[in-house]
Parts: sequence; structure tokens; C-alpha cells
Amino acid sequence: MGYITDRKRAVGLGSAHSGTMHHWHMIISSVALVGLVPLFVFTFGQAVGLPYDEAVAYYARPFPAIVAALTFLVGFIHFRNGVQTLIEDYVHGFARKALIIAMICLSYTAAAAGVFAVARIAL
Amino acid sequence: MGADLQARKENVMADVNRGNRPLSPHLTIYRPQLTSITSILTRITGNALLLAAMLAVWWFVAAATGPEAYARADAVITSWFGKLVMLGSIWALWYHSLAGIRHLIWDTVRMLEITQAEKLGWGVIAGSFVLTALTVAVL
Repeated sequence: MGYITDRKRAVGLGSAHSGTMHHWHMIISSVALVGLVPLFVFTFGQAVGLPYDEAVAYYARPFPAIVAALTFLVGFIHFRNGVQTLIEDYVHGFARKALIIAMICLSYTAAAAGVFAVARIAL
Repeated sequence: MGADLQARKENVMADVNRGNRPLSPHLTIYRPQLTSITSILTRITGNALLLAAMLAVWWFVAAATGPEAYARADAVITSWFGKLVMLGSIWALWYHSLAGIRHLIWDTVRMLEITQAEKLGWGVIAGSFVLTALTVAVL
């Protein structure tokens, strides 16, 4: 037994040796999103539908801008890990590999575009 | 090919048999239960949220680009179809969030008894509609 933690004891087990870390990263991002999601819904929800000048002014404020940037970043990393599990369950062979790579590219591209856009509006 | 030869070939090929092994009983075998339905819905809502996330990214990129691009993106999101997508996505977001919290609870080895797990399931379903109604009322 010793003093090793439960997670440390599970790290490296399983055929791919990486499942524990995948699960741990889902826990981290989901805890972060429990806080970020309500903040994003009630800030973004207020900005949608505003005239251009007001929408830009709204997201020039630090709080809504930081919430939006973090939500895009953490949200798309969470999606990248979640959709990988979905693909691994239902798609096999070459298509699996191709789809996982495509979804990882899409996730990081969307996160980068979202964060860049927020920064451009806010700064 | 004779049955005997087929069997022998399968035996020889056993070492390289990848991905063609028998599967454990899956979705089509089990009777639907609250726990399985709420689990499947967690996966569906989580992945379907990609659509709303991409619409949100588009809205921000358009706002960063200029008034014309913004007007186009904002008009799509605030159209009746855009509003329908957003309403569905808000429900999906609350459902997925509550279901995720349920997983965080389960990860601490709590509420794993069937009666408790089913209570959490009903809580997730009811909570998702309550939070959706609340969101619509506030915004």
C-alpha cells in the first residue's frame, strides 16, 4: 500500500497506459466548466442580439471577456477529450484515427479563433 | 472453403485477429433503464453542443471582424431557427452540466446504489428543465 494516492496507483494501467490521465483531465476541465458555464451563459446571453457597437462595448469589459476566453479554451479542450472517447467507441480502423485527428484540429482551431476574437474585441 | 479448413485458418490467424472479436452485450441487448438513458443523453448532449459552440465562436469572430460580419452572424443566431438551436443547446448545456456533476459525485464513490443513482438521474432530468426555464426567464 504505502503512501501512494489512489490516482497514482492507477496511472499507467490499462492497455494504452493513458486512460487514467484522460479521465483525470476530464475531471479537471469539467470542474472548471461547472463554474464557467453559468457565467458564460448569462453574459453571452445578454450580448447576443445587441447592436454592433453595444456588443463590442460589452465585451470590451474585462469580466465578460475573460469568462468567454476561458470558456472557449477549457470547453474545447473538454470537447477534444470527450469526442475522442465517442469516436473510439463507435469508429474503427483508419477512419477512427483520421476522425480523432480531425476533431483535435477542429477543437484547437475553434478555441484559438474564439480566444483571438475575444482578445481583438476586448483590447 | 471447408468448415475444417476455415476453423484451422481462424486458429492460425488468431494471433493477428484485431477488432473482430466477440463483443459484450451492448445497447441493442439491454432493456432501456433510467441510468442507461441518462448516460446516453450525456454523450449526445455533450457532442451536440459542438454546433452551439461553433455558432458562438462565429459570433465572436464576426464581432471582431466588423459591423457587416457581425450583423450577418447575429441575424442567424437571433433568427427563429437560431433561437430554436440556442434553446435546445441551453437545455443540452444544463443537462450535460448536471450529468457531469453526477459523474463527479460518483467519482467520489458516493450515490452508487441503484436507488440513489436513479434519484440522481431524475434530478438531472428535472434540473435541466428547471434551469432552462430559469435561463429563458432571465435572458
